[in-house]
Amino acid sequence: MKTVLAIENVYKSFSTGFIPKKREILKGISFSVAEGEIFGYLGPNGAGKTTTLKSVLGLIFPDEGRIELLGRPHLDPRAKERLGFLPENPYFYDYLTAREFLDFYGQLFGIAKSVRDERTARLLKVVGMDRSSGLQLRKFSRGMLQRVGLAQALINDPAFVILDEPLGGLDPLGRKEIRDIILNLRREGKTVLFTSHILQDIEMICDRVAIIVGGRILSQGKLTDLISEKVLFTEVTVSGVEVHELAALGESLTAQADRVLLKVVEEDKVQDILALVQKKNGRVHSLIPRTQTLEDLFVDMVKPQ
Amino acid sequence: MTIKILKVIALNTFKEAVRDRILYLLLFFAAVSILFARVLALLTVGDRAKIVKDVGLASISLFGALMAILIGTGLVYKEIEKRTIFTIISKPIRRPEFLLGKFFGLVLTLFVMLLAMSLIFLALVFVHTGTIEWTLLAAILFIFLELVLITAVAIFFSCFSTPILSSLFALSFYFIGHFSWSLETFIKKARPGATKVLLQVLYAVLPDLENFNLKTEVVHGLPLSAAHLLYSAAYGIVYTAFILALAVLIFRRRDFV
Repeated sequence: MKTVLAIENVYKSFSTGFIPKKREILKGISFSVAEGEIFGYLGPNGAGKTTTLKSVLGLIFPDEGRIELLGRPHLDPRAKERLGFLPENPYFYDYLTAREFLDFYGQLFGIAKSVRDERTARLLKVVGMDRSSGLQLRKFSRGMLQRVGLAQALINDPAFVILDEPLGGLDPLGRKEIRDIILNLRREGKTVLFTSHILQDIEMICDRVAIIVGGRILSQGKLTDLISEKVLFTEVTVSGVEVHELAALGESLTAQADRVLLKVVEEDKVQDILALVQKKNGRVHSLIPRTQTLEDLFVDMVKPQ
Repeated sequence: MTIKILKVIALNTFKEAVRDRILYLLLFFAAVSILFARVLALLTVGDRAKIVKDVGLASISLFGALMAILIGTGLVYKEIEKRTIFTIISKPIRRPEFLLGKFFGLVLTLFVMLLAMSLIFLALVFVHTGTIEWTLLAAILFIFLELVLITAVAIFFSCFSTPILSSLFALSFYFIGHFSWSLETFIKKARPGATKVLLQVLYAVLPDLENFNLKTEVVHGLPLSAAHLLYSAAYGIVYTAFILALAVLIFRRRDFV
């Protein structure tokens, strides 16, 4: 599998204040993104996610380290020709209409007018903004800007798309639509790197993730490798059985009306509960085996910091 | 460096500038100021046309400079502050292309504005004299050269400082530039020694924008010396190139946080 992005040992610090004080943001970041995958870059606010992306895009210059983008040094304009980027909280030229805006970016890539027109119209449709195409961006809401921003990132039909918090500022329906667009990009053979601090988003669509905390990559790999498939415990909701009869089988979390929610750690006890419920002519309302989630993993990692 | 990218960014900058209300406000006041020359002329004993020409050219120069400074100082800073630059730099363009594109976009804007002010001015002169005086166009052309230089200065400051500070710096540049010629007289009068050398160095370093001022010659119908015109044009172009090179040097290594 070809590597689309390779980051090796990148350090970056900023000096701020009147009497400059050095603040290290990236402390030796290394990871790589393979062709055709959706890569999640995960970390709490201020961990260095955006700084990493800015280094890749040539907006800031790392103090140390090597970055290779699409097989070329990352500052090579030829590498950027096949790259799409959506910044966090996108700010765009608000005096342009959505159509002019996309056309402008198309021109920066030197795309011919006929192709530009076709792509602009198609992308505005894909992100659901075709009805606002003649409106100046200053009149757009944050969610709308996010959508137009995504269209902008795809104007050059990129092989690799970098999205910084693409799902921020969107309502649940909007999130689903953008998620679907991202999944669609993978189907088209494109590689996607996106950052988020919302775990469900990453869990749902990413093939691999890297977790950054305090400027260091704490963990990276396939989601299935990072998260153990082992069942941690099972949540069982039953009714028609007295709480005290269940006490020995599991920890009762809540008991409302005659419904009892039990946390059962040993798997064979789940069978005992089912047998008991059957015997008492009760009912099982739900039975959910809980495996480790990315959130558990994340919380475990962030805690010791 | 590709001309195509420069053109795209310049045209977008032009679009940005002409959709900015401040431009029209300045154009309005420039028009008022040029037309005010007519009122002054009425109050004058003697050659009224001279007053109209003098005040008109001065208005064009001042308001042109204000346009260059007030728009130019925000051009690059706003891009960084509003983070619009993030998506631009992530495209396959080089930083100098972006900066020079901005510069040429503003130069184009100023050209159009200068054209508008000149039309009003020339029409007013025509009312007074009944002829179109082509030497006035020479004076306006050199005002344009001056505006190009001021644009470069405004963009240079905009690369590393806020619009308000940059405006102050650029305005200082404009005023110092128009008074630095008096150093020449000073140097002539100074006795040889450290003071004279210091003054000479200062005069060499400070811009001399009076090079672009053809008002006296044009208004009073004095002959224009070709050598002086050539020298002034070369001075403007070289100085502009120098300031732009400095701006590019700073802009190239800058982190956009």
